[in-house]
Amino acid sequence: MPYSFVTLLGKSVRYIARLRGGGSALPGLFVERIQPDFIKKTLSELPKGVVIISGTNGKTTTTKMVVELLESQGLKVFTNRTGSNFSRGVAAALLGDIDNYGKLHADIAVLELDEAHGAKFVATIQPRYSLLLNVMRDQLDRFGEIDATARMLSTIATSTTDAVVLNREDSRVANIKDLVTAKEIRYFGLSDKLLSTFPSDDDMRSTTVKRAHSLPVDVELTAFEGNNATFTIDHKTTTTSLKLNGVYNVFNAAAALTLVRTIQGKDLNDETLFTALAAITPAFGRGETLTVGGHPLELVLVKNPSGFRLGLESFSPSGYATMIAINDNYADGRDMSWLWDVDFASLQPAGVSHISGMRAYDMALRLQYDEVTIKTVEPVLATALRSFIEANKDQPKRIYCTYTAMTALRRELSKITDVETIS
Amino acid sequence: MNIYGDEGNLLVLKRRLEWYGYTPKVITYNVGDDFPVDVDIVVGGGGQDSGQDKIHADLLSIGSKLQALADKDIPMLLVCGLYQLFGHSFKTIDGTFLEGIGILDVKTYGKSERLIGNIVTQSEEFGTIVGYENHSGQTFLGSNAVPLATVRVGAGNNTDEPSEGARYKNVLGTYLHGSILPKNPAIADFIIKTAVTKKYGTFSNDIIDDQFADLARETAARRPR
Repeated sequence: MPYSFVTLLGKSVRYIARLRGGGSALPGLFVERIQPDFIKKTLSELPKGVVIISGTNGKTTTTKMVVELLESQGLKVFTNRTGSNFSRGVAAALLGDIDNYGKLHADIAVLELDEAHGAKFVATIQPRYSLLLNVMRDQLDRFGEIDATARMLSTIATSTTDAVVLNREDSRVANIKDLVTAKEIRYFGLSDKLLSTFPSDDDMRSTTVKRAHSLPVDVELTAFEGNNATFTIDHKTTTTSLKLNGVYNVFNAAAALTLVRTIQGKDLNDETLFTALAAITPAFGRGETLTVGGHPLELVLVKNPSGFRLGLESFSPSGYATMIAINDNYADGRDMSWLWDVDFASLQPAGVSHISGMRAYDMALRLQYDEVTIKTVEPVLATALRSFIEANKDQPKRIYCTYTAMTALRRELSKITDVETIS
Repeated sequence: MNIYGDEGNLLVLKRRLEWYGYTPKVITYNVGDDFPVDVDIVVGGGGQDSGQDKIHADLLSIGSKLQALADKDIPMLLVCGLYQLFGHSFKTIDGTFLEGIGILDVKTYGKSERLIGNIVTQSEEFGTIVGYENHSGQTFLGSNAVPLATVRVGAGNNTDEPSEGARYKNVLGTYLHGSILPKNPAIADFIIKTAVTKKYGTFSNDIIDDQFADLARETAARRPR
């Protein structure tokens, strides 16, 4: 089938999918069926190649940071913005950005891919750069074991040609260094003082944390207070305010800085780097704040114990009405065991207003055992959302939700307020 | 050996004992520790195959103490990895042979197929049991073994026949995560009542409100495999 015909067909499917309300991966699937090497053909023409960002937590926000930092450096960047980090999502995103002849007008592609799809993707096209953030217990029902997840990440690393950026503080990630054949390896890390805030999955329950390596880091997150972060690069410290929420997003900023410095090399414009960083707002659904009825409503994505734990630690519940929405579709993780590895005691003083989602009763059960009071359990998301807003209309609100619960809630919220269109 | 949310089982036992009016003391046993003297309940969880190597030798060294407790009708709950090692043996897919402590008359073989998904089983004593399984080891019952339950939806012990878990006196072995006890309080209460009655001769009259557990169990039983 002629290439330009494929792209026109794909583009019309995309338009119809968008009218429907934003499902992420259908058009990509359509194109992949008709022309399987569509992705390879389109991306291999880029002058600066392909960048892959992967790991359990923080991919979407880190990818957004890297894209915006590279754009502030003057590059034209293609990315799979929708956060659907399966290969189909990449194909779908490409369809939106190519012209009718199939050409992508960009200097570089920055792709967020989950571990399994990333490992398969590199068989199609070798990335020039990759950034591996962390390995944590996430959706064990898809991958089976943490070690298997680490192996998938190492496949991404070993396929990378120019440079690999690794998290020094996650020993499973840092150990991938021994397998890397790229021209360069760089690390991002934490100061000794901050290290205790980020235990790895293995030592989630111990009280002393040993540093796994004494490797030199390109960018260190040295300190963090409120919305201000201090980074150390080449022995020079810089403090900047950030619009990002949550201590985990701030560590991701160190990762993003390292990757951008690596990509730009001698061409780096370091004067604009921190100004650009300070302007970045959170990614789709990752701690974004909307306004509903004159009050802020925050959406916090949760998908694994460490993420939920850090989310609860990052956002104080006092003064806020809290809702939790737990689905168990494929993209959310189907096994509810993970809820039992999160400590919800911090929600005791304020209590939880509403619990919703397909597995609302599992969540309510979980809170019962942590003796957190709950006002309402309503599995149907649309009903719960309206009731939550109505019952707490004079307060700021926060909703912790799994991935598909978040997309459903955003769709409902767009009927009430302005929600940013996610391409 | 506790990376898989099986901490939930410990929390449920602890909390229900408190709600019934007792004061539970949790002792975490790690490799090399002295074996505790006064044991009323034993609970152990799953882990990665690599975790099993680390604890194996130590488990064998305390095997006879655990057998003595089992023979004395002490209630125990073993999930996944420890369920396997409470059997006679675990042969991994690459041929490594791990000897078990043989309290349960079962043998496990590592296979390539991963048995994973929502699982619903039926037990005469505990009713409908609902959870989530995720294992590539397949466990086969010996002639003296009694299964814990029969599989209605899912795989259970192996792909040949519909048994799930195994039981010896009050020792319960199972593949169910979820965790198993939160949505299936009948099993938690069996463990608690057995232990308390053995120790004090009576049991509290308090009743715990399990409406969330019942609703969660019903929802989970209707979820796709």
